[in-house]
This record gives sequence, C-alpha cells and structure tokens, in this order.
Amino acid sequence: MEGVSKYLVKEKLIFLLAAVLLLVVAPLTLSGFRLNLLGKFLAFAILALGIDLIWGYTGILSLGHGVFFGLGAYCMAMYLKLEAAAGKLPDFMVWSGLNDLPWFWEPFRHAGFALGMAILLPVVLATILGFLTFRNRIQGVYFSILSQALAIIFTTLFIGQQKYTGGTNGLTNYKTILGYSLSSPVTQTVLYLITAVTLGWVYLLCRSMVKTRFGRVLMAIRDGENRARFTGYDPALYKVFIYAFSAGLAGLAGALFVTQVGIISPAMMGIVPSIEMAIWVAIGGRGTLVGAILGAILVNAAKSSLSEAFPSAWLFFIGALFVGVVIFFPEGIMGFLKSLSGQQRGKKYYGRLPQSILDMTKGGLGNGWHYSLLGKRHR
Amino acid sequence: MDTLLLQIFNGLSVSSILLLIALGLAITFGLMKVINMAHGELIMIGAYVAYVTQLFFIKYVSKEFFSFYFIVAIPLAFVVSALVGLLLENVLIRFLYGRPLDSLLATWGVSLILQQLARNIFGAPNVDVVSPSWLNGGLRITAGLQLPYKRLFIIAMVVFCIAGVYFFFYHTANGRKIRAVMQNREMAACLGIPTRKVDAYTFAFGSGLAGIAGCTLSLLGSIGPSLGTYYIVDAFMVVVLGGVGRLIGTVAGALSIGILNTALEFGTTATIGKVLVFSIVIAFLQWRPLGLFAIRSRALD
Repeated sequence: MEGVSKYLVKEKLIFLLAAVLLLVVAPLTLSGFRLNLLGKFLAFAILALGIDLIWGYTGILSLGHGVFFGLGAYCMAMYLKLEAAAGKLPDFMVWSGLNDLPWFWEPFRHAGFALGMAILLPVVLATILGFLTFRNRIQGVYFSILSQALAIIFTTLFIGQQKYTGGTNGLTNYKTILGYSLSSPVTQTVLYLITAVTLGWVYLLCRSMVKTRFGRVLMAIRDGENRARFTGYDPALYKVFIYAFSAGLAGLAGALFVTQVGIISPAMMGIVPSIEMAIWVAIGGRGTLVGAILGAILVNAAKSSLSEAFPSAWLFFIGALFVGVVIFFPEGIMGFLKSLSGQQRGKKYYGRLPQSILDMTKGGLGNGWHYSLLGKRHR
Repeated sequence: MDTLLLQIFNGLSVSSILLLIALGLAITFGLMKVINMAHGELIMIGAYVAYVTQLFFIKYVSKEFFSFYFIVAIPLAFVVSALVGLLLENVLIRFLYGRPLDSLLATWGVSLILQQLARNIFGAPNVDVVSPSWLNGGLRITAGLQLPYKRLFIIAMVVFCIAGVYFFFYHTANGRKIRAVMQNREMAACLGIPTRKVDAYTFAFGSGLAGIAGCTLSLLGSIGPSLGTYYIVDAFMVVVLGGVGRLIGTVAGALSIGILNTALEFGTTATIGKVLVFSIVIAFLQWRPLGLFAIRSRALD
C-alpha cells in the first residue's frame, strides 16, 4: 500500500510541475510566436487524449478523427468569420455569388452556440456512426477503413460545397473574438492559457475515467471483446460512448486550434492528418494518458522544427517514425521510460505467478509479441 | 439509348479500373490479412516503370518500335513492383502478421517514404506517359457512340488478370499451396509446405498485380508521386464491400461501386456522387457486415 501512495504523491508532483511550467514559465519566457505554437500543440494534445482513450484503452483505431477535429474547428471558424464580416456576408460567400447568409450559418453569430456545436456536432455524428458500426460488430480493421472513408466523404463534401464552406481554402482571415483583437499578444496569451487549463482539466477527467471500473471495462473490451460480452457487459454501448466522447474532445481541440492558428481548411481534416494523429499517440505510448500528451507535443514540435529546416526530410522522418515505433517501440516513449525504470516491477509481477504457469510460458512471455498469459494483447 | 449505353460502358470502365487496383489488395489484404497502405505506392511504382520504359525506348530504340514499349512495360512493372513487395515483406511485413492495425501504421510510414523518394527522383510535378499509337481512337458502335480503345484495353487487361489469378490459385500446385497456407497454416506446415516462403511469394504476387495496375493507369492521365493515395481507400472499400477472402467478392464489389458511381455522378455532381457511393457502401455494411460474399465461419475471434 505504501508503494501505491508514494506513486500517487509522485504523480501529483509531476502534474503540479507541468502545470507551473505550462501556465507560468512558458508564457513568461517564450516569444509570442513560440507560445502560439505551443498553444497549438496543447490543443492537439487534447485530441490525442481522446484518441488514446479509444485506441490505447479500447483498442479501436479510428482514422477519421480529423473529421471531428475539423467539424469543431469549422464551427468556431464560422463564428469568427461572421464576427470578422461585421454584419455583412463573409467574403468567400460574396465571391461564390451568394446573396443571403445560409440559414445554418445564422445561429453561429453567438460564440456560445458555436462552441457548443463544436463539441456537440462531433458527438452526435460519432454516436450515429458508432451506433451503426459497433452494434453490427464491425470491428478492428474494418472499422479503421470505414472511418477513413468518413474522412474522404467529409473532405470531398467540404471542398465541393465551396459557397457554404470556403472550399479548398477553408475559412481564414478572422479579426476578433468576443470583440478582442486576435492579433494582439494579450488575447493570444489568454487563449493559450485557456487551452493549457482545458488540457489539464481534460487530462484529469480522462484519468478519473480510466481509473474506475468503466476504464477497466474498456480495457477488457480491448483485450478480449467476447470475454467482456460473455461476462455481461455490452461492448457496443461502451464503444459508442467512448467514440462519441473522444469525438467531442477532438471537436473541442479543433475549436481551440482555430482561434490560435487562424485557419481551418479541408486539408487539415483529411486522411493524412487523421493518420498522423494516431501516430502521435503511438509514439507517446498507447494506453498511457501522459504518453498521448507527450507524443502530440513532441511529434508536432519535431514537425515544425524539421519542416522549417528541411521540408523534404520531414516525410522521410515521419515515415521512419511510423515504422520504427511499430517495430521497435510498440509501447512508445512511455513504454521505453518504464523499461528503463521499472524493470524490477515487471520481475516482481512474474515472480508471483505459480511455477507451473511460468514453465508453460517459457520463452513466450519474454518476447511475447502476440499473446500473453492474460489473453490476446493489443499491440 | 446512346447515353444509356455510354453510361453502362463508363460504369464498366470505372469498375475495371477499381478492380485492377483492388485485385492485388484482394490477395494481400483479403487472403493474407495484411493491411498494406503502401499498396497505392506499389501502383505508383508500376506507373513510373511505364514512364521509365518509355524514356528508354525514346532514347535507345528506333521510332517504329516505340509503340511496343507498353507491351514491355507491363511485365516489367509486375516484376519491379513484385520485387519491391518482396523486399517489403522481408524487412517489415513478416514482423507484423497477426497485428493488422500495426501493419496499417507501419506501411503508411512506408508509403510516405516511397512518395518522398519518387518526389526526389522524378520531381514533384506530374509526368506524362504517351500512350502507344495503337490505343488511340475508338471503336465506333453507332453515330453517337464511340468506345475508346484505351478503356476497352483496360477492360481486357482486367479480364486477363482475373483469369490469370483464378488459374494460378485454383489450377496450379503453387496456388493450391497458397490457399492451403492461408486457410490452415499449422496443417499446411505439417504437410511440408514452407509457409514462410509462401507468405513472401504471395505478398510479392499481390504487389506485382499493383504494378500492372499502375502501368495500366498511366494510359489514363499524367502520373505523379501521390498517384496511389487517390486510389488506396477506394481499393480497400472494394475489397471490404466484396467480402474479404473471395475473388468473386472483389469482382462484385468493384462492379457495384463502379456502376453505382457512374449512375450517381450522372444524376448529381461528381462530389455528391462520391459521397453518396460511400454512404451507400457504409449503409450496406450495416446490413451485411461481412460484405457481399462472406466466408461463413463459426469461429468467434
């Protein structure tokens, strides 16, 4: 018991340290440009937490999270665009020959409505889609491919409906948010702080989710869906819930993203960004919340610094990263850190097993690629 | 009447292209259960093989034989893509059997690397492949209806490939071995079939078919490093809709998506048509989650 409480104290300390770093040190030391970048990464980290819940904990790989992110961002962008247009028609609608504001744009004049929709729309879409697929027990790769199709559908739709969505260019050229100028450093710092606090709050929420029995059911579904079903849980229900929840997080991340970056276009919600989102989580460490945050921040930091210096090297780098993580570090950075510090803990665990079982699994546990003693492992 | 015939022909033509790109996938994904996201890049490699062969013919072969470059390019594309596939299987895929989601991510990484390689070698802009002169023009059916030879050639190519694959799988010793390994690996191994070798060659065969697809696609327009990404999700949809593991399913999947696509695009616009097709496919999978032709099994996991 003593070990557990010590571990908790350590965790609290790390959380507080990170909070101080992000909320106090970073705004004071970083330049406006860097702070803005960090704010963007933190928004991505919120989305990564959502992906980690559904992929790392529940074992469902969604390759369509860019859509939810994009929907959230577009909702917020519609509000920003209307405020920038100051009562007139947004510029791109004029260019496409529209005379009146479309009816569904009308309520987005209110920031509260826009923010609400940024979360609600992805949740509703994910609930419908999740209900249809998970109830029919479409799982594994099939779900991944279908979610990819979702990404294609939405990008085609958003590009095609230029007069309502701004087409390939997306929505950009915002001026103010709630009357405050978006170009002023103070507004940007406040937006950054809001993002950082939201991330902390979302982290705590996710943590409390996975620590409870609910989280254990999710992991049970990941490790053996049919066993979970036969024990009396309805995996479809849990999957729909967690899919909708992570979609909501993605929408929230999109809304925070667009206020800081100032543009959203279909290119940011397609297949390529959606798969990249999954790799953030894989690199950080699937099934660990801290890993998802770390992965999102580190990969994006690497992306912005590498693609500034050598644009063509970035694709080689991320490509190699995909391959390397899957083959050599299936548990990502967190797994790597754990293997450095926690060798003993692992030994203790196996030491508690009866000798007969250890004999049975000789050679199997050590390199345990596919299966472990406790059933099918998701890797 | 002419428009109807033309639409049917267009539908068949789209189906044949879909089928061509999905055929390799039906083997690597359908039979071997490997999610190879780099399949699109194997198609791209096939297309660039056609391009390079053409450059070679322009430089070293006299003009009257230029039109035959395409005949040389097709088997060459098969061989080159198959070799790349063999390499891919040996250094990467073989560690990922039984981990479909991981193989998806890793091969996506490979596809990014291959695309960037193509960009570095051939440049980012698209390049043109001049189609051989014997494929220009078309077959005149009625006054208002002309069927382009290129499209007819693609349809013929698909029929040839399907027949070849069918013959290989069902009427040769090696095909039998492949089916045996994919259906019951342990039993096949016990009977002395070298399963590792069979895995490698099967994957190479599927990759080679992607090469043929790429070579054929170069007839339709200019080719570029991101050629494969246009087709990869469509190809997966075809295989999933048709039902994994059955050749006939892939054929049916390609036919239904192709014809549906043409019909809906004719009725609406290109984007709405595509959106509708995907929606219909997703809706259909609600009704039959395993696709048109499912292999019945009582296995649970």
